[in-house]
Amino acid sequence: MSEPVDPEEVRHVADLARVALNDEEATRFAEQFGDILAYFDALDEVPAVERDADLTNVMRADDTREGLSQEEALRNAPETVDGYFKGPRVS
Amino acid sequence: MTAQTTQARDLAVVIGLEVHVQLETATKLFCGCSTDTADSEPNTHTCPTCLGLPGALPVVNEAAVEAAVKVGKALDADIPEETRFHRKNYYYPDLPKNFQVTQYDEPICQDGSLEVAVADERRTIGIERAHLEEDPGSLKHEGGAIDRAEYTMVDYNRAGMPLMEIVTDPDFRSPTEVRAFLEKLEEVLEYLGVFDAERDGSLRIDANLSVVDAEEVAEDGTIPTDVLADANRTEVKNISSHKGAAKALSYEETRQKNAVRRGRAVEQETRHWDESRGITVSMRSKEEEKDYRYFAEADLPPMRVSGWKEEIAIPELPDARRERFREEYDLSAEEASKLTSTKQVADFYEALTDEFDAGFAASWVVDRLLGELNYRDRSVGSVDRAAFVRLLELVDSDDITVKNAEEVVLRAMLDDGSDPDAVVEAEGLGKTSGDAVEEAVEEAIADNPDAVEDYHDGEGGALNFLVGQVMQSTGGSAEPGAVNELLREKLDS
Repeated sequence: MSEPVDPEEVRHVADLARVALNDEEATRFAEQFGDILAYFDALDEVPAVERDADLTNVMRADDTREGLSQEEALRNAPETVDGYFKGPRVS
Repeated sequence: MTAQTTQARDLAVVIGLEVHVQLETATKLFCGCSTDTADSEPNTHTCPTCLGLPGALPVVNEAAVEAAVKVGKALDADIPEETRFHRKNYYYPDLPKNFQVTQYDEPICQDGSLEVAVADERRTIGIERAHLEEDPGSLKHEGGAIDRAEYTMVDYNRAGMPLMEIVTDPDFRSPTEVRAFLEKLEEVLEYLGVFDAERDGSLRIDANLSVVDAEEVAEDGTIPTDVLADANRTEVKNISSHKGAAKALSYEETRQKNAVRRGRAVEQETRHWDESRGITVSMRSKEEEKDYRYFAEADLPPMRVSGWKEEIAIPELPDARRERFREEYDLSAEEASKLTSTKQVADFYEALTDEFDAGFAASWVVDRLLGELNYRDRSVGSVDRAAFVRLLELVDSDDITVKNAEEVVLRAMLDDGSDPDAVVEAEGLGKTSGDAVEEAVEEAIADNPDAVEDYHDGEGGALNFLVGQVMQSTGGSAEPGAVNELLREKLDS
């Protein structure tokens, strides 16, 4: 059985992900996370099956490839300045 | 503990390092973007993978893994059967994906060591682990200091550059040892051909430092683990050179010792080395203890490369090369050590031994060339090899004097890129033939009867005066020793 999720835990993870939650949301999401994790418990009852061998050593040669232009790289950015992505002050 | 005993305590410093080195590859760690970003416009070396765009898949660069195995081999580390990447989650604009791909509990290198010479002592520094990870992007804080800036400018050219983080055991007992270790590490990495010290930001150091009672340190430098665990330590960040490391850690050592002697506790915290002010400052952060929520990077299958340790050859390392130079070329310990200080110097020297006597070439490189280069703050890479070979030929064949070769020709070569033969020609340095010297000697004797008389009266200065006259009239191109001998011969006959 998975551990129940408490609102404190939800608030902690939300803080780390820079998501603001009010008390009502924290409580509601705690319940929902509990439900989601409970669904995974069902997997414990699946019998063992043969599975494909895991991949290993998937590597590429050290050859350069054309990337994006500056214009393309910045295309999705809400704000840019002098070829840089522009973001709020960090501290 | 009373204030008095606190003051009387002898304190010892304990330091451990996390060294980030950039591996020299053509492309980034997980994508084909070029690593040659020097002097580039921002955000011109990116692709969907290193920008963290949805759906982009990372594929590890084989050359970076090879480089890591080489480092492991050189550090005498274990390469485990299986090694894998993890995601380290944190929110900061230098990470486009909001996580850094790094290695967590299955690093590619474990349990190594590196031997360093500190003064006359050999010290073995334990390497806990060394792992591969991607570099974040770089930030510029516009409009002043980080906490007062108006906004942040982000450049992802550096994002995804291959780094190796080398973590040592807390085995350093002084900042001097740290410096010696960093110099040695850089030397080894350069020998391996996986690192370029000249590249901006290629070496970055974080250090953990604490102080303990000196009496807890055993004769062999070991400290009981519970004593280490109890000591509050600070993590000093933002160190970018050997010299900076020694300065930052000396400062931090003094700061902690003073705190303890005044009866204050050392706070466990992260401190930032401010190079320009020469101090460490507390980076107090409101955030709670770091919670990186590491989990396995499912986009990158595990690697099984322990067998590569046998397959990949590494070049002769500095210690071995130094010993070989001593034996093979019959050099002194000091010469051998200076000639192997960098791979560049060692290669430069060793190529000369094909053409010249090994001892002769060694004295020219160690006593003359390295001195002149050091004075000019230049490296041997800036020397025109062909010109230097020609210079040695001129000396070896006795065409110019050693003094002129060094003071005139070598310096002109280094300062103006002059051709040795052209300098000899222009300055008239060709060694004066025996006849001309003899003529000048006879002339000096004829022109200076007073000095000749003084010589016969046993005045020591007279002979030197006459030698000076001959040197002057031959424009310094005669060998003073030969002139001296010839003068005596003529005067005494």
